[in-house]
Amino acid sequence: MEQTLWPGVALHVVSGKGGTGKTTVAAALAMALARDGRRTLLMEVEGRQGISQLFDVPPLPYEERKVAVAPGGGEVWALAVDPEDALLDYLEIFYNLRRAGSALRRMGAVDFATTIAPGLRDVLLTGKACEVVRRSEKNAPDAYDAVVLDAPPTGRITRFLNVNNEVSGLAKVGPIRNHADLVMSVIASPRTAVHLVTLLEEMPVQETIDAVAELRDAELPVGGIFVNMTRNPVLTDEELELAVAGELPTDRIEAALRSVDFTDKASAITATLMHEGDDHARRVALERRESKRLEELDVPVLSLPYLSDGIDLASLYELAELLGTQGVR
Amino acid sequence: MQAPPLYIDDVIDDREVSIVVCTGAGGVGKTTTAAALALRAAERGRNVCVLTIDPARRLAQAMGLTELDNNPREVPGIEGGGSLHAMMLDMKRTFDEVVEAHADPVRAQQILTNPFYEALSSSFAGTQEYMAMEKLGQLHGDTDAPWDLIIVDTPPSRSALDFLDAPARLGSFLDGRFIRILTAPARGAGRGLGRIAAAGFGIFTGVLSKILGAQVLADVGTFVAAIDTTFGGFRERADATFALLQEPSTRFLVVATPESDALREASYFVERLQEEGMPLGGLVVNRVQDVDRELLSADTALASAEKLSLEGGDTDLAARLLTLHAGRLRTRERQHHLTERFIGAHPGVATTEVAALPEDVHDLAGLREVGELLARGEAV
Repeated sequence: MEQTLWPGVALHVVSGKGGTGKTTVAAALAMALARDGRRTLLMEVEGRQGISQLFDVPPLPYEERKVAVAPGGGEVWALAVDPEDALLDYLEIFYNLRRAGSALRRMGAVDFATTIAPGLRDVLLTGKACEVVRRSEKNAPDAYDAVVLDAPPTGRITRFLNVNNEVSGLAKVGPIRNHADLVMSVIASPRTAVHLVTLLEEMPVQETIDAVAELRDAELPVGGIFVNMTRNPVLTDEELELAVAGELPTDRIEAALRSVDFTDKASAITATLMHEGDDHARRVALERRESKRLEELDVPVLSLPYLSDGIDLASLYELAELLGTQGVR
Repeated sequence: MQAPPLYIDDVIDDREVSIVVCTGAGGVGKTTTAAALALRAAERGRNVCVLTIDPARRLAQAMGLTELDNNPREVPGIEGGGSLHAMMLDMKRTFDEVVEAHADPVRAQQILTNPFYEALSSSFAGTQEYMAMEKLGQLHGDTDAPWDLIIVDTPPSRSALDFLDAPARLGSFLDGRFIRILTAPARGAGRGLGRIAAAGFGIFTGVLSKILGAQVLADVGTFVAAIDTTFGGFRERADATFALLQEPSTRFLVVATPESDALREASYFVERLQEEGMPLGGLVVNRVQDVDRELLSADTALASAEKLSLEGGDTDLAARLLTLHAGRLRTRERQHHLTERFIGAHPGVATTEVAALPEDVHDLAGLREVGELLARGEAV
């Protein structure tokens, strides 16, 4: 049996700075984990309908729906969690209060309750993820092999997951407190891994480093770092140095261009290529610097390539395969 | 299809313009855009104050901001006749100041130490937006201040629309019906209930106590009672700032990157501004791939690269650079296509594109460079 990076993890929480491709990575991860006949659930909690857009399906209701078939016969399911529905779920499961819950919703009280206690909203959202995870412990027929949660961005992730802390100021005892404890027993355990998506740029890397420190302080399990949109250098190390110094062999490039019929435009094209070579070299240097900073975190680093044609369903399969080769299964 | 060019200098040079709001999805470079614009305006002679929400450390340092002190500080090193003040929003402190300014000391103390206030002022989802609005109102209302132009960055919300909606939501929440129901026992039971039946009320408080615990409800009740008598109503304050944003002296700049998510968010915002009658300055598309699209096509570049690599020898470097060029063209084409779609859906929205920089901004020189790019007013 091949090695897997996160043995025993049932809940994968994916966070990242805005613009790093958090939802794409979460979707690719759900797809990778569903390969070879497994079944995964991809959840979103921010009401953005990012999953439906990515998988090109109609907007998701508060209901688990199959959105894709994974290579080898697996299935990816998806669920958009809404705090209101999660609250009604909670009332039904714990108090058998669904009817009262509906009445409360009509009165707008649900909105009120989630507003009044900021932590409540997060407890309900993470609580739903934990409820799904716990199905597998009970061998329920609707259990999944893994749950992938497309979570809030890095700036808010620790607060979002550390629900225990969030509700402690508001509810020292009582049912919501017990619920929070139950949630924490899943989230702060080896059954969960919190992944961070980043680009090899200064700001997202800094946010990633800060988030890892925060998660560790809160004793939440850090999973891996997914470096997204990486590009392979087209220049050798030696050429990169020359490019930064502006010393790439102009003559040789121009001569080569002339040899393929670019006679009249050869010098203009050479100038452009030189400029782009320099740009590329500076970018590679930056990426290597940032990459080193990530390595120092002592967390597995996975990488996904930049796709110049953008992201669609087909590219999700491609990214999932690439995650598979890096130990995601 | 072509959008009218957005000439940023026309916006910041216009003395009638006193507020510029930079908004857009998370991670599109709002803060950097706001800072670069502020510096440029100052160096073109305006007296500017820039309100940033959560700047990256090095960007803050570039403006001489080393700590969160909630007061504008003059940025040294400005060239030209204007001036620049910069600040980072401290939402908790802004909230505290609002309370202290409007309540007598005893009542202020009651509010500030209430556990519900603690939660509300530090983690309520809309507090940051509300306080950004509040601070904007303060900066604008400060007639002794040296600035005549305020540039505002907006909080990194889930949705850019939160900036417009959260303050009113918080205002109406604190003013709202349910708060009144909750505090009803203190005012005499039954009053304020309106059409809601007593039975419904029983279920309501019963369930809420179950979920939140009776203590929370009691805290909220005390908090609202304390705040209610001292404030002229939260909603009114929120409404006043909202109205300020509808004045012709305000300009919204919607910031995006040439990616579908960011442009979708920009679309929502543009539509919303039109609905609200808020003055839209235009769209700034950041991080656009900089490449000469006229010189040679991606196909030609790739064909030549292939020919050269077949030849082998020392033409290989040229081949790889041609491949790199083709990749940049591909990226640019995709970005162009996405931006075109936006323009097609929103004709008439002035647009400017800013080329992606290979490195992040660390100092005023870097911000100045971004300002230059912003002011080009044309496609990359």
